Amino acid sequence: MRSRYFDNISWVSLILGILRIVILVLIVVGAYNTLSSGKYSAEAWVGLIASGLAQGSIYALIALGYTLVYGILLMINFAHGEIFMAGAMTASFLANSFARSGFLNQSPVLAIFILLCFAGLVSASIAILLERIAYRPLRGSPRLVPLITAIGASFFLQYTFRGLYGSGFQSYPGTVDALKGNLTIGSLQTPITLTQVFVFFCAFALMMALYWLVERTKIGMAMRAVSENKEVAALMGINIDRIIVITFALGGFLAGAAGVINGIYRPQGVFFRMGFFPGVKAFTAAVLGGIGSVPGAMLGGLFLGLVESLGPNLVLEGLGIPGANQLKDAIAFTMLVLVLIFRPQGILGERLAEKKA
Amino acid sequence: MALLEVNDVHTYYGNIHALKGISLTVEEGEVVCLIGGNGAGKTTTLRTICGLLRPRQGSVLFRGHDIIDFPPHTLISKGIAMVPEGRGVFAKLTVTENLELGAYYRQDKEGIKKDMENVFSLFPRLRERQKQLAGTMSGGEQQMLAMGRALMAQPRLLLLDEPSMGLAPVLVEAIFDIIQTINKDGVTILLVEQNAHMALQVGHRGYVLQTGEIVLSDTAKALQQNATVQKAYLGIE
Ligand SMILES: Nc1ncnc2c1ncn2[C@@H]1O[C@H](COP(=O)(O)OP(=O)(O)OP(=O)(O)O)[C@@H](O)[C@H]1O
Ligand SMILES: [Mg+2]
Repeated sequence: MRSRYFDNISWVSLILGILRIVILVLIVVGAYNTLSSGKYSAEAWVGLIASGLAQGSIYALIALGYTLVYGILLMINFAHGEIFMAGAMTASFLANSFARSGFLNQSPVLAIFILLCFAGLVSASIAILLERIAYRPLRGSPRLVPLITAIGASFFLQYTFRGLYGSGFQSYPGTVDALKGNLTIGSLQTPITLTQVFVFFCAFALMMALYWLVERTKIGMAMRAVSENKEVAALMGINIDRIIVITFALGGFLAGAAGVINGIYRPQGVFFRMGFFPGVKAFTAAVLGGIGSVPGAMLGGLFLGLVESLGPNLVLEGLGIPGANQLKDAIAFTMLVLVLIFRPQGILGERLAEKKA
Repeated sequence: MALLEVNDVHTYYGNIHALKGISLTVEEGEVVCLIGGNGAGKTTTLRTICGLLRPRQGSVLFRGHDIIDFPPHTLISKGIAMVPEGRGVFAKLTVTENLELGAYYRQDKEGIKKDMENVFSLFPRLRERQKQLAGTMSGGEQQMLAMGRALMAQPRLLLLDEPSMGLAPVLVEAIFDIIQTINKDGVTILLVEQNAHMALQVGHRGYVLQTGEIVLSDTAKALQQNATVQKAYLGIE
């Protein structure tokens, strides 16, 4: 007779279990091989971690937009990457004129602050328009409808910006004088660049500001209430439409600011389709952390950045995969698929798509 | 002029005709009960009054003004607060935050603080649980929180949808005591209940609702003596 335990294990969970073990073994073997080969110095690892955290904090800022909107409307705003692009592209002109006039190097703090606010406001305005024109009329329709609309809106924004600024590449000015060189602790020079430090702390400050807003202010409390129960929130006198607009604006602001931070970190590659990869990766980060959860998006972003940065050298090379560094993007998407299979609720959040609208 | 006047209201869910011409009045200072069985339309009536549902026909006058065109979030500042069916506390928010949300429309920080004190003295349990997440509290505590939250709005009219639902008998007594206290403090109450026995004890007048229509209305005393009511809602043969 077959045991009762055996009956309870379905084929799906058996295969998933095996897959889980295989993945774990691959990671461990890859990492072991690389580390025991001693190919990379400790310095190189620190450098990789720093670039992972810097890139990850940019993902985190964008991911917050996905998570905030999902938390309130249970919809995934797939045009969010384009909102990032809108701020990044528009602010690149201002950044270059700041650089030409010398303002950027004379008072970098003020100049960057203005750039962040400018890009943030541009992106926030676009996010508000998007909500108003594309999403609000569809509220209450089946969830697939706004999703498809979001994809349409994403193309619309890409080609609108192509029409506005042309299809060529723009760039941000090269590294600001104040951010040139590496971080030195005492007399020790680290492999961490000052730009990376700037990116990390700038993003961190923005995230803390958002966290404070959501957790400590009246507006934030209203946002949390709306995300839990719109009807009762309305009974409390909360104007739901207004909270939705604020949510889009906040997500947009962070995305725009991320656009400037990204431009300072990597000046090249500013063009009308630049939002796609960061957008999809930030979405991955949001799902990774648990969509709808604010701390989840932050953690998910940092985690994804780290995995992308360390993964190729640490695991893939150890497994003897050639050209590992070109597989960065594949890592993000593999992670998205794996998370959706093994832990759809993400690190901190609720299960995607199970909550009812 | 009655505080609340509902005139010939028809409310639909799609094609379902849920309220078939309801009329009722609530005078300032009263406790009015709305009793009826499952699916009679009690919740629908309250949701129509507070703007969550728009009637196809009829009017809802609050202090003489028709309010059916007002979006729900504007009514609390006019003086209508509701404790929804199933309490509707915000589970992931703390007790204090839930209470603060009741006073969301208000700007007077001092007054809010004072009212929070009043709520705490009415429901001492809530004072001990200020930092607790509302979702982790017991059903009775959540009911107290929902009522406290509604009081934070300084309502003139309080709509209560089955406050005794799912509570142990001792707690039911306590809740009805508090309803009377609140009323003595000057809040007018429209009370929806399946527990007709308790409701008619605290109420001044009552309406009996059956499949979307008001079939009886009288003083609470008279309804308690009414043979049909006794049979259908009080379990007296
Ligand atoms: N969202 C809805 N969609 C369709 N029909 C509904 C909806 N809500 C209520 N109804 C119907 O409207 C009628 C009245 O429902 P309502 O909730 O007002 O009853 P109730 O008197 O509050 O009952 P209970 O004591 O069970 O809470 C019922 O027939 C119900 O099936
Ligand atoms: Mg009901």
